[in-house]
Amino acid sequence: MSNIQRRLRKEKIAKIVMQLSGISITGSLFLIIGTILYKGLPYLSWEMISQTPKGGFYIGKEGGILNAILGSIYLATLSTLLATLIGIPIAIYLDVYVKSKSFFARCCKLLFDVLFGIPSIVYGAIAFSIMVWLGIRASLLGGVITITLLTIPIVVRTIDELLKTIPVDLKNVTFSMGTTRWETARMLLKYIKPGIFTAILLAFGRAIGDVAGVLLTTGFSDNLPKYLDEPTATLPLAIFFQLSSPVPEVQGRAYASALVLTFIILVIVICTHILASKQKKHKI
Amino acid sequence: MDWRLIKDRIVKYTFAFLLFIALGMVLLIFVGLTGKSLPLLQNEPIGQILTESVWSPLKGNFGFLPFIMGTVWVTFISLLIAVPLCTLASAYLVEYASEHLRRLVLPLMNVLAAIPPVLYGVWGVLFVVPVLSRYVAPMFGIDSSGYSVFAGGIVLAVMIFPIMISIMVQVLQTIPQDLKSASLSLGATKWETITKVVLVKARPGLIAAVVLGISRAFGETIAVLMVCGNVPQIPKSLFDAGYPIPALIANNFGEMMSIPLYDSALMFAALLLFVIIFGFNLISRLILNRLEGKN
Amino acid sequence: MHTYPRFETEETQNITQMALPHIEIKDLNVFIEGQHILKDINLSIPNNSITSIIGPSGCGKTTLLKTLNRLVDDGKGVEIKGSVLVNGEDIYAPHAEVTHIRKKMGLLSQRPFPLPMSIFDNVAYGPRIHGERNKAILKQIVEQQLRNVGLWEEVKERLDASATGLSIGQQQRLCLARGLAVKPEIILGDESTSALDPISTQTIENLLIELKKDYTIVLVTHILRQARRVSDYILFVYNGEIVEFGKTEDVLLNPQNEITKQYVKGFIS
Repeated sequence: MSNIQRRLRKEKIAKIVMQLSGISITGSLFLIIGTILYKGLPYLSWEMISQTPKGGFYIGKEGGILNAILGSIYLATLSTLLATLIGIPIAIYLDVYVKSKSFFARCCKLLFDVLFGIPSIVYGAIAFSIMVWLGIRASLLGGVITITLLTIPIVVRTIDELLKTIPVDLKNVTFSMGTTRWETARMLLKYIKPGIFTAILLAFGRAIGDVAGVLLTTGFSDNLPKYLDEPTATLPLAIFFQLSSPVPEVQGRAYASALVLTFIILVIVICTHILASKQKKHKI
Repeated sequence: MDWRLIKDRIVKYTFAFLLFIALGMVLLIFVGLTGKSLPLLQNEPIGQILTESVWSPLKGNFGFLPFIMGTVWVTFISLLIAVPLCTLASAYLVEYASEHLRRLVLPLMNVLAAIPPVLYGVWGVLFVVPVLSRYVAPMFGIDSSGYSVFAGGIVLAVMIFPIMISIMVQVLQTIPQDLKSASLSLGATKWETITKVVLVKARPGLIAAVVLGISRAFGETIAVLMVCGNVPQIPKSLFDAGYPIPALIANNFGEMMSIPLYDSALMFAALLLFVIIFGFNLISRLILNRLEGKN
Repeated sequence: MHTYPRFETEETQNITQMALPHIEIKDLNVFIEGQHILKDINLSIPNNSITSIIGPSGCGKTTLLKTLNRLVDDGKGVEIKGSVLVNGEDIYAPHAEVTHIRKKMGLLSQRPFPLPMSIFDNVAYGPRIHGERNKAILKQIVEQQLRNVGLWEEVKERLDASATGLSIGQQQRLCLARGLAVKPEIILGDESTSALDPISTQTIENLLIELKKDYTIVLVTHILRQARRVSDYILFVYNGEIVEFGKTEDVLLNPQNEITKQYVKGFIS
């Protein structure tokens, strides 16, 4: 009988250890958000998000980070737009125009899966050297191109997952009515419309948060972004720079900027979640 | 010819063109990085570059060993933390937890995955580093600023939680209920069934999840750069500062132009990252695709 | 509310008097996600014989089998009322120890599910878990059980090979040996031959008939001919209720109930 008791005690201990690991993993999320809230909230002000840096901003004088917020939004919007315009056709092509089970299609999809894992610093490095080679200076355009390349795999993968959920019969039915592949593709797009927004939001979230890609290609500027060929500030980079400053006020602004970025990301995540759950309901 | 068919053709070629551009990028990255690192490789044999430990660009010494070791240290520490925690937690989510709890926790993992690297870095600077220097290091009788490979490892571990958990949960859910029943009906407890049957059966998928985690950790730049200390030395303990490869690239890119071979060395660093991560990702995706095909 | 009849044959009554029946089910009701799957089951399963549970798909026969070793607990939204007595002990009592109960019952599932380990380790898995560390004894148990199921001569040269390399018929016999190695008192079979070829099916059936001298066996089957070939008693379940229970010949050839008649009609003609 002692064997059974020993085993049951083991089971109990194992269960507790498993619960603890689960709690520490989910807890880390709240720890991160909590830390940023706790440190950032005291420094957050309207002035911070509504003004551009004034003279002496980087030694703790007046100003805000509006340049970085707008820069990030421009950058993320433009590159998400481009990535969607390039990524959706690619996913459609791999699913409708070539046989989706063919060796070629599977290889391409595998390659996008792998590209998804390539870190942004590699994209940034290669984009930077191309820009140097072409004689282009760090600018919004450089950032947009880098981030677009970074987000294309996300769009392709997400759309491909969506297309997989469409029953093969539906595709065959439309084909058998004599539609061309393009007309079928348009029908499929209508079918997965809510999912496309999810893909766009995912790409936008990744685009707005990336640092390593923009660090080398986009530069930084205290002015509001106006032209594509000018250096542009981005929010993550603003956080990074301010945090490495020795001036306490500037560091404080870094915390507050981090809070702003957290807020933007949370809004995106919540929207994605709502969209995704709506889509599920739609299916049933 | 029918206008509809012409339109179909046009669309087809446009789409194919976009695909080849996107995939051409892979080739471009590889060729570009290799071409740029050639000057360094011609100057010194690759074996020497990888194993030499002196890094002083001004004197023309480009030893990559400190950076390789820095990357290995932070990756290893993060795996040491993340692999057991994620395995246990995902086994709990699949085998014990109610549907309700699963639906609550898995979306939270998506939130964790969506948090940008720079925020992880901020958290590392504001929380992990002070805790390490104030509480943990003194426990071992060590005086440390906290900016160390240990801090990098912890931050990275949290960053790879979401990808490991979500893949591990998917893998564990493919284990057939009947196989578990077979073990349970012999009188095994759930825990015994998990360790002796479920985890064994799920091993290829779990390995794929870990490999994806490794490659994420390998390439992570900004968060690690913020907490690692960035001293080009070979770390000897948990509380030593380290200098991982991605941080090297990010920190030095702007000022590299004037020193001969410096840009080539940094490009070589990027090539190293690209090749390693490409390989790791390829392996784990192939495993996962095969598992998916089986079910 | 009408009362459900208590199903006991003369034999079971006699056995009840001679010794406690191994399995006795009292007022069992099972709900899964709000659906009433099993309704007021009362049943005594006779010792040292084979009882086949038959009935149309979805009638609850597999659920009934799985309530016997509490595997049904693992499903979602399951609610169980009533009791199942094994040797007079209620396995659904609040403090009943589920691994202990399951050890008493060997399960032979629809398809063979060899554990991801070697042939030897598959059979030794149960004894090891229950605390047997002695290698000589483990070896002896493995050999004995593999001989029991007639697999020893076929696999004795490759005990360390992975169990998944065996043919599906061999796998099912291995699973039986694995179940027997924990010294159960009852064997539960859930359409255990449905994935097998005719020859393997016959081997398994013959094994079960041989084993009934030492075990009480409960089978779920949808093949009436198989029920006829192997079982001593037949239990006909329809819509979650027991419709008829009796000796094999009686139920198949001379059913009392109209629904049973219709169900077995295909068999008689």
